[in-house]
Amino acid sequence: MLSQESLQQIDREIAKYPSDQKQSAVMAALRIAQVEKGWLPRDLIEFVAAYLEMPAIAAYEVASFYNMYDLEPVGRHKITVCTNLPCALSGGVHAAEYIKQKLGIDFNETTADGKFTLKEGECMGACGDAPVLLHNNHKMCSWMTTEKIDQLLAELENK
Amino acid sequence: MSAHGLILAGVDGDRTWRLQDYVARGGYAALRKIIAEKTPPETIIAELKASVLRGRGGAGFPTGLKWSFMPRSFPGDKYLACNSDEGEPGTFKDRDILRYNPHTVIEGMAIAAYAMGCARGYNYIHGEIFEIYQRFEEALDEARAAGLIGQNILGSDFSFELFAHHGYGAYICGEETALLESIEGKKGQPRFKPPFPASYGLYGKPTTINNTETFASVPFIMNMGGNGFLELGKPNNGGTKLFSISGHVNRPGNYEINLGTPFSELLEMAGGMRGGRKIKGVIPGGSSSPVLPGDVMMDCTMDYDSISKAGSMLGSGAVIVMDETTCMVKALERLSYFYFEESCGQCTPCREGTGWLYRVVHRIENGLGRPDDLDLLNSVTGNIMGRTICALGDAASMPVQSFIKHFGDEFAYHIENKKCLVPPEVQYAGSQIYVSPSC
Repeated sequence: MLSQESLQQIDREIAKYPSDQKQSAVMAALRIAQVEKGWLPRDLIEFVAAYLEMPAIAAYEVASFYNMYDLEPVGRHKITVCTNLPCALSGGVHAAEYIKQKLGIDFNETTADGKFTLKEGECMGACGDAPVLLHNNHKMCSWMTTEKIDQLLAELENK
Repeated sequence: MSAHGLILAGVDGDRTWRLQDYVARGGYAALRKIIAEKTPPETIIAELKASVLRGRGGAGFPTGLKWSFMPRSFPGDKYLACNSDEGEPGTFKDRDILRYNPHTVIEGMAIAAYAMGCARGYNYIHGEIFEIYQRFEEALDEARAAGLIGQNILGSDFSFELFAHHGYGAYICGEETALLESIEGKKGQPRFKPPFPASYGLYGKPTTINNTETFASVPFIMNMGGNGFLELGKPNNGGTKLFSISGHVNRPGNYEINLGTPFSELLEMAGGMRGGRKIKGVIPGGSSSPVLPGDVMMDCTMDYDSISKAGSMLGSGAVIVMDETTCMVKALERLSYFYFEESCGQCTPCREGTGWLYRVVHRIENGLGRPDDLDLLNSVTGNIMGRTICALGDAASMPVQSFIKHFGDEFAYHIENKKCLVPPEVQYAGSQIYVSPSC
């Protein structure tokens, strides 16, 4: 269900923990699975659980508790904008409004062409860089002025 | 960067984080000395106690005392955990420490492991800063290749394995027992205490958890001596501290200063108020700490005791500055939403109470407030505080109580006039998209 490369990555994570604590690797394993498949359908969560020899429900609990896991399909590019207070004071809300307008979608929506999903994020621990957004969970973009947002969306449009 | 800094002293952005750069700055000298001289663990803990290093994650608990709680001679596994799950709104210091000086955290953890007899440790890194997690893993590879962590460190009989573990979007995992649950591969729901982690921690074994900045301070304390570190700050508030300044200032960012430095000087370092506007309120220690009026804050010094005397907490050192263009109801509404969103749902007072707080503040902000809403808010917070397993309930309540206490007139105006005291165009002028000069 997952590529050899993903499985090797998961094995590297398992090796970080005592041999009887494979479950500790579940957060990383779900992340690796999501990167490969784009989101976490139920059978994928079950596969990860079986690979780590843990109950499927326990893996599902983790997948549904932490908000960076996507339990429904998202666009090719998931943009998460922080709108929490420190960011809002430096334009975070305005950045989010600008992206909504540009893409013609609201939070938790995906563009019709399946390219972009917009999410409202909570504190990312980067308030000094506001406005801040995450691209596909892993790439942080700082000081996102309207010009930089234009540039980013144009780049991603063709990816 | 502060001239008095320790952790950030001599670092040059993204260019000087590697092992060789850290060694050139004097890095790993403390660990080498301890191993070469076989320093007794009690001596290390005594130095820490003398330094009066207080936990940098928010609680301010004396680190030396915490380390002394570990049953060093307890047979079997003991664990060490670093809390880099930095998601308290306003806090972004650990990200810079791990990005610019990751080896000082590794060295601090190795010294801690030596002092407490831990053979294995994990650094739990906030999921949203995934690039920093990757960098820390690289730094670990460097340290491992140089024999600074792993089996038989520097040829001695001391072994310590250290790994990175990432979160994936849950503020609650910054609570130390939720963090342990998360490392165990579970939902991050805090554990009932006691037992405390020093007796029942990760995988049920004795565990010590410290904040990133706390570990990062340890090598410096070992090098300069506990008293030298203490003297940088003021009595009962040893050393330097990173302050993350965000909000309405000209240069948001991290500033490492001696504890006891006047707030006015810190504000000046951050370039002063944006647009030269008047300061209205400051949240001095992360979103959970009570807000203080600007003029009260201007008389404070930046240390645990001064901020506590003024009625708030130094917390994690996250200073959120708000100027006169800020609607305090809107500000509180956003914070209340955050706690509602991030409550883990385990305890009824917090799960239900945080939603209640948010809905009431939300209706006040939207012109639907009722005359007795402020009493209601105070009553709900009173019924959350002290009635939950962890501090998230208190953290959600303290902003509500303090915003009402200090800016109650603004809330009353909202309820009575069904609109904001601060006109929308003024609010927009204060918080529109802003570009950092260091960008």
